Amino acid sequence: MNAAEIERLVRRIGKDVAERAQGAGAGHDLAIVGIRRGGVHLAQRLRRELGRTLGAEPPLGTLDIALYRDDLANQGAAPVIGPTDIPFPIQGKTILLVDDVLYTGRTVRAALDEIVDFGRPRRVWLAVLVDRGGRELPIAADFAGARLECADGDDVQVQLVEGGAAEDAVIVKPGRRS
Amino acid sequence: MIGRHKHCIALADYSREEILEVLDLAVSMKEVLRRPIKKVPSLRGRSIVNLFFEASTRTRSSFEIAAKTLSADLLNWTASASSVTKGETLIDTARNLEAMRPDVLVIRHAAGGAPRLVAEHVGCAVVSAGDGAHEHPSQGLLDCFTLREKLGTLEGKTVAIVGDISHSRVARSDLHSMPKLGAKMRLCGPPTMIPAGVEALGATVHYDLREAVEGADAIVMLRIQHERIGDPLIPGTREYSKFWGLNAKKAAEWLKPSCVILHPGPVNRGVELSPEVADGPHSVILDQVQNGVAVRMAILYLLAGGTESEAKA
Amino acid sequence: MSDVIFIEGGRVIDPASGVDGVRTVVLRDGRVAEVAERVERPRDARAVDARGRWVTPGFIDLHVHLREPGQEYKETVATGAAAAGAGGFTSVCAMPNTRPVNDNASGTALGLARAAQAGLARVYPVGAISKGSAGEELAEYGELQAAGCVALSDDGRPVMNAGLMRRALEYAKAFGLPLTVHEEDLHLVGKGVMHEGPVATRLGLKGIPAQAEEVMILRDLALLELTGGRLHVAHVSTRGSVRAIRDAKRRGLPVTAEVTPHHLALTDEDVAASGYGTDYKMNPPLRSADDVQACREALADGTIDAIATDHAPHSAVEKDLEFDAALNGIVGLETAFPVCLALVKQGHLGERRLVEALTRSPASAFGLPGGTLARGAPADVAILDPAAEWVVDPGRLRSKSRNTPWKGKRLAGRCTHTIVNGRIVYEEGRSER
Repeated sequence: MNAAEIERLVRRIGKDVAERAQGAGAGHDLAIVGIRRGGVHLAQRLRRELGRTLGAEPPLGTLDIALYRDDLANQGAAPVIGPTDIPFPIQGKTILLVDDVLYTGRTVRAALDEIVDFGRPRRVWLAVLVDRGGRELPIAADFAGARLECADGDDVQVQLVEGGAAEDAVIVKPGRRS
Repeated sequence: MIGRHKHCIALADYSREEILEVLDLAVSMKEVLRRPIKKVPSLRGRSIVNLFFEASTRTRSSFEIAAKTLSADLLNWTASASSVTKGETLIDTARNLEAMRPDVLVIRHAAGGAPRLVAEHVGCAVVSAGDGAHEHPSQGLLDCFTLREKLGTLEGKTVAIVGDISHSRVARSDLHSMPKLGAKMRLCGPPTMIPAGVEALGATVHYDLREAVEGADAIVMLRIQHERIGDPLIPGTREYSKFWGLNAKKAAEWLKPSCVILHPGPVNRGVELSPEVADGPHSVILDQVQNGVAVRMAILYLLAGGTESEAKA
Repeated sequence: MSDVIFIEGGRVIDPASGVDGVRTVVLRDGRVAEVAERVERPRDARAVDARGRWVTPGFIDLHVHLREPGQEYKETVATGAAAAGAGGFTSVCAMPNTRPVNDNASGTALGLARAAQAGLARVYPVGAISKGSAGEELAEYGELQAAGCVALSDDGRPVMNAGLMRRALEYAKAFGLPLTVHEEDLHLVGKGVMHEGPVATRLGLKGIPAQAEEVMILRDLALLELTGGRLHVAHVSTRGSVRAIRDAKRRGLPVTAEVTPHHLALTDEDVAASGYGTDYKMNPPLRSADDVQACREALADGTIDAIATDHAPHSAVEKDLEFDAALNGIVGLETAFPVCLALVKQGHLGERRLVEALTRSPASAFGLPGGTLARGAPADVAILDPAAEWVVDPGRLRSKSRNTPWKGKRLAGRCTHTIVNGRIVYEEGRSER
């Protein structure tokens, strides 16, 4: 997937979210939360898109879910924990949770747990650039740019550059089939 | 693991990178403490034992809050009230506690080297919460954290430690960490409280307070323990306070406006610090308390089992 | 003793009689019968092949703690004497800090009786300087001597009262007994647990300044000048102590001194390197490298007369503790020779001086028999393999205790036979535990 295609997908997600928000009367209490690290750039782009459509850019936060993971015991390596920054009250907001790829659903589960520790949102929507299937939890995207059928071992990489650029790409590397 | 270390016992063994690993993580931990719900689930199901052979409400509470903020289960084991009085040795006590399968043992002991002895006999991670006059690594790290927060960096900064250096584990942990981050160290106190050969730890020694604090970017004031008086290290607190205590007048005349004052607490008001200075604009003593929780969260998190945020979505 | 032992092919080193070369030694009836280059082997003799080995007078240790009576869980006279034999020691001087303190004839007699039963090393009791070693009243030196004591000491404690020390020196003159003194000013020691200096500061352990030892030695040398008598300084450990003793000897004062193998081999840095290892905790504490150097020089030039082990057995209960809480001391009889031999290999000490410091010098300091292979001397002999390497396994020591800093270390030099009074009491690989 190349930069132009990604740009098209981002616009479409932005448009869909705006329509849904206006339809739900949530145009003014919408806030975006990007999941570190892959969701943060996408969240910034969606924020610009939504700003164009809704007339004002919704507030933006970032979330690092490292402290909410459920697989601490399986990880030997030193943790890299980035900042979580939610510069607005969550209470009563419609939260657009953003990540680049949706796979097992565990990251989203952790993000939902973390968000509710900041307050009680009115609702949470999930937007992803790529839904690659392979869910291990009952979690679904409300907005997905593309749905790919990938095997378990495949590696789906999303490259997004600040501001959008020609290098933007989605790359699927086949994993070893056993 | 913190770098190569399974335990956190002595900053003397820690490299600059290992110290920075804790300090950087503590920034994220401090953010957690500012949230409306100050609790994250990362150490859920982990258990931590506070094994304190010396009374210390504040350090014990700080570790307790750190553990609970990370959702770990915590047991406070006050040693004086239990086994020690029955003649059980330190190794016995540690082994008995280990049979309860804790992930981390936090130990405070009056004898230098005690946490290391425990670490040799148990399988879990050991964190020293202060051993004799040896080290108090989490205090050293929180002092570094506080200085990084207040001064931006320790690179090229001058830090003066004032007080009873000979009995201070805080001074030793500061001396084993701050220079690794680029700070220059000065030590000051009555000559009876300056231990033999301390210059070997990389500091200059001053008996005159003004000489030690003038131009300093930070001052760590140490608590004067009442039992040292007539030890006979010093004749009394009145004279100590006159020559080595900081009051508002000395602070105004001698300190850089940007100089910050740290104190490991609890402060002997009117002895090493006058109340105006302890509560004044230079003081960052209360910041240290909150930073202590963040730093201890980082230590516990790293030693109770690491994780990485880079993984499949 | 009608047994004859014929030791052939070994290098006999006997500084007392000036012999150093391959000789045959014949022991008969508990005495040295002959030391010569060519000797006809008597028909009834038991032959010992000593080729490649050293044959020396049995070692004499002026300073051991045998713990009996009172602390038999650490050591007994029998196990201590067995440890002595395994280390090449044929005579040991047992310090009086048993429980009760050996401050009277019956205590002395008990020690001697136990030693006789064991039939291993010769055990010479040391009596207390003061009753109960409490530092208040003189013990009865005449009675102690009559019972068998060869010296007087309150070892483990200094005689803090200078007035009492003066009277002790004076009174002991009547019996010709040396006073062997444990020198430390308790006020300067305070709660110190290791040598005061940069290492103690780094470890946060309370320090014991070198001067705690030196001021007491200087005091006692001054008193000796006043009283005359005989003073022996136990376990010298500092450069200042060496300087004081050297000066006193130069002035002709009747003083002798000993140093332990550990104060010649280890420094305060070893405490740090071992991670607060309590097998590195002793009194006097391990000193600085400079102090160690001074002690080595002093031993080499004779300022320090003798090597003594200060063999101090302690059980695990007293050692597997916080450094502050652990008791002082290490076992030393079975490692003394290889540890000191390493100093020879490093060039700090000559071979003959090493043997002298373990034989003739201690014998003369306390006026003990032995320490030589001269014809007619007691048939006390050590046969040593200077090249044999071994790893110290505390579980295989003959001492009851295992508190040694050389645990697991590879050492070179080992005693192969020890002969006391013409009888082989130790033979490598043959002696049972």
